[in-house]
Amino acid sequence: MPKRTDLKKILIIGAGPIVIGQACEFDYSGTQACKALKEEGFEVVLLNSNPATIMTDPDFADRTYVEPVTPEMLAKIIEKERPDAVLPTLGGQTALNTAVAVAEMGVLEKFGVELIGAKLPAIKKAEDRTLFKAAMEKIGLGIPRSGFAHNYQEAMEVVRHVGFPAIIRPSFTLGGTGGGIAYNMEEYEKMVMAGIEASPTDEVLVEESVIGWKEYELEVMRDTADNVVIICSIENFDPMGVHTGDSITVAPAQTLTDKEYQILRDASLAIIREIGVDTGGSNIQFGINPRDGRLVVIEMNPRVSRSSALASKATGFPIAKIAAKLAVGYRLDEIINDITRETPACFEPTIDYVVTKIPRFTFEKFPAADATLTTQMKSVGEVMAIGRTFKESFQKALRSLEIGSAGFESRLFDLTSETRRALTAKEQQLLFEKLRTPNCDRVWFLGDALRSGMSVDEIFKVTNIDPWFLHNIRQIIEKEESLKGLAPAGITADILREAKQYGFSDKFLGKLWGMTDEAVRQLRLSLGVTPVFKRVDTCAAEFVAYTPYLYSTYEEECEADVSDRKKVIILGGGPNRIGQGIEFDYCCVHGVFALAADGYETIMVNCNPETVSTDYDTSDRLYFEPLTYEDVLSIVDVEKPTGVIVQFGGQTPLKLAVALEKAGVPIIGTSPDSIDRAEDRERFQEMLHKLGLKQPENGTARSFEEAEAVADRIGYPVVVRPSYVLGGRAMEIVYDVDNLRRYMHTAVQASPEHPILIDKFLDEAIEIDVDALCDGTDVIIGGIMEHIEEAGIHSGDSACSLPPYSISAEVEAEIRRQTVLMALELNVKGLMNVQYALKDGVIYILEVNPRASRTSPFVSKATGRPLAKIAASIMGGRSLQEQGITSDIKVKHVAVKESVFPFVKFPGVDTLLGPEMKSTGEVMGIDENFAKAFAKAQIGAGTRLPMEGKVFISVKDADKKHLTAIARNLHNTGFQLVATRGTASYLREKGVEVQTVNKVLEGRPHIVDSIKNGEIVMVINTTHGAQAVADSFSIRRETLIHGITYFTTVAAARAAVDAILAKRREGLDVKPLQDYLA
Amino acid sequence: MKAILALADGRIFEGKSFGAAGEASGEVVFNTAMTGYQEVLTDPSYKGQMVTMTYTQIGNTGINPEDIESRGLFLSGFIVKEYQDCYSNWRATMSLDSYLKENGVVGIQGIDTRALTRHLRDKGAQNGVISTNDLDHASLVAKARAVPSMAGLDLASGVTCDKPYHWTQGVWDLEGGYPQVDPATLKYKVVAYDFGIKYNILRCLVSAGCDVTVVPANFPAEEALAMNPDGIFLSNGPGDPEPLVGVQEEIRKFVGKKPVFGICLGHQLLGLALGGKTVKLPFGNHGSNLPVKDMVSGQVEITSQNHGFAVDLDSLGTVACLGHENLNDQTVEGIRHCDLPIFSVQHHPEASPGPHDSQYLFGRFVDMMKQHRK
Repeated sequence: MPKRTDLKKILIIGAGPIVIGQACEFDYSGTQACKALKEEGFEVVLLNSNPATIMTDPDFADRTYVEPVTPEMLAKIIEKERPDAVLPTLGGQTALNTAVAVAEMGVLEKFGVELIGAKLPAIKKAEDRTLFKAAMEKIGLGIPRSGFAHNYQEAMEVVRHVGFPAIIRPSFTLGGTGGGIAYNMEEYEKMVMAGIEASPTDEVLVEESVIGWKEYELEVMRDTADNVVIICSIENFDPMGVHTGDSITVAPAQTLTDKEYQILRDASLAIIREIGVDTGGSNIQFGINPRDGRLVVIEMNPRVSRSSALASKATGFPIAKIAAKLAVGYRLDEIINDITRETPACFEPTIDYVVTKIPRFTFEKFPAADATLTTQMKSVGEVMAIGRTFKESFQKALRSLEIGSAGFESRLFDLTSETRRALTAKEQQLLFEKLRTPNCDRVWFLGDALRSGMSVDEIFKVTNIDPWFLHNIRQIIEKEESLKGLAPAGITADILREAKQYGFSDKFLGKLWGMTDEAVRQLRLSLGVTPVFKRVDTCAAEFVAYTPYLYSTYEEECEADVSDRKKVIILGGGPNRIGQGIEFDYCCVHGVFALAADGYETIMVNCNPETVSTDYDTSDRLYFEPLTYEDVLSIVDVEKPTGVIVQFGGQTPLKLAVALEKAGVPIIGTSPDSIDRAEDRERFQEMLHKLGLKQPENGTARSFEEAEAVADRIGYPVVVRPSYVLGGRAMEIVYDVDNLRRYMHTAVQASPEHPILIDKFLDEAIEIDVDALCDGTDVIIGGIMEHIEEAGIHSGDSACSLPPYSISAEVEAEIRRQTVLMALELNVKGLMNVQYALKDGVIYILEVNPRASRTSPFVSKATGRPLAKIAASIMGGRSLQEQGITSDIKVKHVAVKESVFPFVKFPGVDTLLGPEMKSTGEVMGIDENFAKAFAKAQIGAGTRLPMEGKVFISVKDADKKHLTAIARNLHNTGFQLVATRGTASYLREKGVEVQTVNKVLEGRPHIVDSIKNGEIVMVINTTHGAQAVADSFSIRRETLIHGITYFTTVAAARAAVDAILAKRREGLDVKPLQDYLA
Repeated sequence: MKAILALADGRIFEGKSFGAAGEASGEVVFNTAMTGYQEVLTDPSYKGQMVTMTYTQIGNTGINPEDIESRGLFLSGFIVKEYQDCYSNWRATMSLDSYLKENGVVGIQGIDTRALTRHLRDKGAQNGVISTNDLDHASLVAKARAVPSMAGLDLASGVTCDKPYHWTQGVWDLEGGYPQVDPATLKYKVVAYDFGIKYNILRCLVSAGCDVTVVPANFPAEEALAMNPDGIFLSNGPGDPEPLVGVQEEIRKFVGKKPVFGICLGHQLLGLALGGKTVKLPFGNHGSNLPVKDMVSGQVEITSQNHGFAVDLDSLGTVACLGHENLNDQTVEGIRHCDLPIFSVQHHPEASPGPHDSQYLFGRFVDMMKQHRK
């Protein structure tokens, strides 16, 4: 059946903000869907609150609603747009849940809108555990023993039949939020109740543990004619028990014979048919008992998933794009495979390499979090690497992680000097613990286990990791042994080539040989050992591949087939992590688009499978490679580009800039020297001095004594941080010398090569972010953003408003003047971001980053001016004048950015904000005024804005003076107020009616009791000082667990109250970006 | 130990030996299946060929006593990127290396198998030699050139069975392995011609309800008809169908008398017997991921294939029509006799290795026999 002609207008639902469990893979899939449907001539309406997505670029849809992804907003959009169909299968669980909700509200029926991709019954059957269980039984497939619980009593009954360990899976939650494994009754009681709480339907599934079983995933596609194909099989390195998003995974499946694989395939076909997913992709997870092959079905996602993105990148088969086409009626055999150009998409990709995905964790940001890996996802990103063998692919993935790893570093041995030795009892215990309990360091401990003489069998018994994987790692470690201590003279081309085929990086070899990575590289080049590039082609070379999607390996034949066009390499951002996420990928992709339009051949290098940048469709050529000095130089050697851009991908490429330039790589845009001038404390200070600009008093310290001297000179509080970090890593506000001492001991370890920077902390200052463009001659201000939260909260965690909502025109003019001065002084070619603080009418410069910033996409969405594209064109040689960019844009609307936090995934972690960034994503609220835009930003970020009820207030003394107006506003609107003793008496003095409630330490009933009893709808809680923070921790934690609206700064509370008032007064309406920007 | 693969056109690949040491020659072909090397090794259709697996990690699941497709190994050489001696699978009982050594099959690993595949794709399948004794490039290329072409060779008679036998094993499942089916429950008597038959075809026939007697390639049609079967099955097998003139002659005797079902070489022989022609493909289709459309239902099935020759539909005129089409290269994937219960497919519905999408064809054969009986 060809394309449906009864559909004209299709609404696609995006995934909203980046959260753990739902990252930029849904921008990748959504963008593909938008492109595919527009290509087919459909009118595309899009809903997504995430401004950092490519899909929300105004030219990817006809009508782009950057509005909260909630049933209410979706209903409004449907009413306004009257689409023929809604496509809910490409925006993750969020889109699916939102679609189900509007369907159940009767909105779809009312307006005659069809759900395409997956119908409501199919979604229900896959998502509702009871229905799913019945469906699996019907087709004769096993699933683990299980039962549902909605309350304590049911939970006790279920576990009697399921037994321990028991797996707890709350229904309808993201990435298994609220789930876990309970080994005993005590753990079980705790987890099962938290799970019921986390589930929107107050339901958990308690399941027989299949911990330690082999885990597999199959990506399945089906069309309207019931043709079904498997796109990819994935085998988890970490056996069952670790969420697949947190597991290292490998494609294709490695340890199944054909007979066993076909069992999985047959089961997948039966499942997608029985569940009734009409069209598109689904992901099915299986567990296999390694002793006898018994198969159980774990779950099925009736939509495109994170694994689909991985499968697409792993095979070259664009699942989301094809899914979109199938949803509008095409059959698989009617769609052509882009890569081969002559064979249809109705086939099963076969690959001739091994793909390894390793998740990226950021536990260092949440020291209080439990770093054990369980069925609840905790990773924030992932890397993928391609190699011809598992060993090569695995080691490439390790060095892609951006955590300083170059391979199998040792946690217990000194690799340069020590040979194998027995471990001390203490080391033995640590090793055993790290092997037994899944954790993000386990891989490196596997290396050490082998180095310590443990056998593969012994390690298997402790870890349940399949011996096949362990044997491969053993072979790597044995190779390391044989390489160790070789003198440069003894290193032959054959030895080196074999090491490279095992995936050893130059850097790791350098460690073994006491050489720098550059010295190893030179030796390697002198011996003629260089990588070749092979193509990802969906067909193992059976057909000619037309898409240059490449990876490196050490073999005979190179398929790079480079052109002699003028070309630019854009270095991507690597894995998503807190501080560096989708925003930078957005900039990279825009860079590609702009340079392609300017006539350059564009070449993308990145290792993050979730991204749009690693879609083979995005750039002319894609190298799926680690972003290390070695790997980038190898590509440069082959491509010989006109220029390389390092300023779009965040810190990852930026920190390679100097070394690459030294190696003769033509870095275009702002020079690495200028970047250094902005990053290097002393050089930066000289520049500001020269320009007559101010910064907070500061100093640099390499020891505690030096730090103490600086702090004494400038006065406490001070902000301390290591140099050259992103996302405020290890950044703290320190109020006294004791904390300074504590900090210097941890921080110096955090970054031994760089000194600690100490700044005077500007208490209660307003923070302002500016994104600007400069071509060396002219400067354009892209946007000025005023933060809602005061200085001291990391800019990535703070909400902000464009345009500013409280600062004067003079201050704004002065900020412009200063921005221009610095851009010209630094000779910026491209983007620059400045962070200012405004205190008592004085403007201070906190930071200048002559590169794409986290806010670039937000500013671009809010103003309609694509900053990164313009920046790329500048770097490519077109001035602002030539691009017709001659004046700043003044917007008539207000856009508010709000951050989204992962606290709910990390029990035990406080929700207070500080100078260290903790958010995973962002949303934008856009409307005619600040209050409404802020309201939308809050709702988009998942904060419910209550319209009535009881508000709990407890603030630190310094905040009390700001509180009166907020409290009065709430009270006048009909909210009841409760407060702790100090806050209550302060408010009463000011004439605001308020009840008093006990603090937790003051006896019962106390505030946490009220929260647990559901009496409180909103919490405003600011606090200061270690003791007070500790005392009030349980308030914030309970608030979070119960999904109660909370604010931990007065500034945010004030804005929220304004927003509540505005929402009560006028309600919230929807309007597409195209109308705002027209 | 060093090993070298030399192709007739002079291309050399240097690698390491695994499996048996020594020297072997044959037509070099590639197979794109990611699983099922054990079935590939035991598939008689590979007689006279050296197979390179495009998937790079081979040996992972070792060798088990169940996944065998014939009485032995018929291919002459095995070529992989990385052989993994440390296998892991609950059914495995020995390593691939030991298995190849035991069966005297020469293997080479550590070569750029993708470069080899691309070479074969661009230059066409060609003969080659793997050697661990002779490491002289020129000498090996000369040997490769001396290997006779597959075209015109009768390879089937080298792999067929000696004498007729009865088959009662059904298809494998995880719990029970291979069931022995009581012949009394099997309703349709089938004579299966063995041109290099894969066991899984026989298992599929049994599980579909057929009482199967396997007969040698040169078994006279009269004797087969004397057994009064419900249908005749023509198996897969190695090489070129054209030289098997006698066989074609015998097949012709079934036309109009019995339902006939052919697979792979059996399909090509049927095409020739019906008066058609076959052509040699540049590098053939060898893999488990090939899309085929059933012209009867319009459904697409993902199939397992292994062939270097194809039936030319035009040459069949109005005798037979297209039953299945290969969607990748639009070659004839199956034919249907216009008037009689006779059909055949180029691909392998018995899979093993490969997807089970086409197993319905055994049911179709049974239905044909049922109809014909009435």
